[in-house]
Amino acid sequence: MPEQNTARLDPQATTDPQETIDAEIAQIQTDYRASVEADASKEETQPRLNYPPYRSSLLRHPTKDLHHTDPETIELHSPAFGHRDVHILESDLTIQHNGEPIGERIKVRGKVIDGNGRPVRNQLIEIWQANAAGRYIHKRDQHPAPIDPNFSGVGRAITGEDGSYEFTTIKPAPYPWKNHHNAWRPAHIHFSLFGTDFTQRMITQMYFPGDPLFSLDPIYQGITDQKARDRLVATYDHSVTSHEWNTGYTFDIVLTGSQRTWMEDEDHDH
Amino acid sequence: MTTNDLTPTPGQTIGPFFGYFNAAENVHLPFENGQHLVPASDERAIQLTGTVYDGAGDPIPDAMLEIWQADENGNIPTQDGSLIRDPFVFTGWGRATTDNVGTYRFTTVEPGPTEDGKAPFIHVVVFARGLLNKLHTRAYIPDTEGLENDPTIAALGDRAETVIAKRDGKRLILDIHIQGDNETVFFQFPGMTYPKP
Ligand SMILES: [Fe+2]
Repeated sequence: MPEQNTARLDPQATTDPQETIDAEIAQIQTDYRASVEADASKEETQPRLNYPPYRSSLLRHPTKDLHHTDPETIELHSPAFGHRDVHILESDLTIQHNGEPIGERIKVRGKVIDGNGRPVRNQLIEIWQANAAGRYIHKRDQHPAPIDPNFSGVGRAITGEDGSYEFTTIKPAPYPWKNHHNAWRPAHIHFSLFGTDFTQRMITQMYFPGDPLFSLDPIYQGITDQKARDRLVATYDHSVTSHEWNTGYTFDIVLTGSQRTWMEDEDHDH
Repeated sequence: MTTNDLTPTPGQTIGPFFGYFNAAENVHLPFENGQHLVPASDERAIQLTGTVYDGAGDPIPDAMLEIWQADENGNIPTQDGSLIRDPFVFTGWGRATTDNVGTYRFTTVEPGPTEDGKAPFIHVVVFARGLLNKLHTRAYIPDTEGLENDPTIAALGDRAETVIAKRDGKRLILDIHIQGDNETVFFQFPGMTYPKP
């Protein structure tokens, strides 16, 4: 049954070897570098939606041009969250059960700002991740690695007045997936973010420095520009590490610029 | 990353493991009543529903959609409680996952125009495994005054019908085609980039 399920859920799964994926990634890289060298305005800062080495993207990207438009009133606002919605302890993923989860305890700390440098304050930030063995709590996760009864791998926080957030969690492990034969994802934490305008809504993944799987991973490489990819890699930060307790990373997030006309009083109302 | 780098952080796919909600367990992102902006018993309640399809015309069973909208009078919600709702306060935001056959369902109210004469719509953002970044679209309310004069709808020509919901009693129906002949119009707002070779 599990086999049947995964085949249906991942119809683009192939038996291509890593070498085939590597060659496709390398060709796209070469073409991209040549195009930026010829014309610097071709620099890319976001992932491509059509990235064939990521097989599932083939049928799941629009082929027609997106329609450029300005946001209308509702789109210049965002849903509101507060401490009614999120308990302060939800940002600590290591205390959600009766015992201590297995793995390397880490803190991830950072700031959410918009493209104009304004802190995104009092907004919801959500994370989810695999455990220290590379396993998610999820009915679709068939990876034969142990579930940790003391780790669900989900957290929420509300950003502070300066856009800051902090999570305490366990360092996730890489895990296999079905994009191609022997495909492994670099270790990552999924992040979900809101801005002040709903058009700033975004979901991304945070990676760990120096992961040997970076060059092999078609999701990370779906961002063709090295500088842009680097923006998803957290920095090891010894000032976030605490004595005999956790190691620490920083990860700042920049949303697109707010299109709202900011009033002086809105900008300085705190 | 340096703190004075204001280039937007790249998006990534939501992946397949973004959680689920059932009677026994809540592994978020989905959350209790996330798809019910108002209870179905609310006399204003309507359903916004549809199926999300890929480029082969197959339903996508692992997408997550969010909606964001004004209330029935066109007022923009500003009160918190978007995750843990007061049933008497409309917070305007909902989150739903597609089911095994690619269908999403929201219980909400029909938004009014935010300004006189404007075409009311429900903003929709789509995430899915296989989709490397978010996609924004709109579900316009059919048969409104504003719709006839709406410049965005006019600019879309034949493709406008992909973003105008169809009414069926208390249901508004909008299928979303990520790719293909009936491909939904997705909107690109200032500051967003979707690179192509
Ligand atoms: Fe993941």
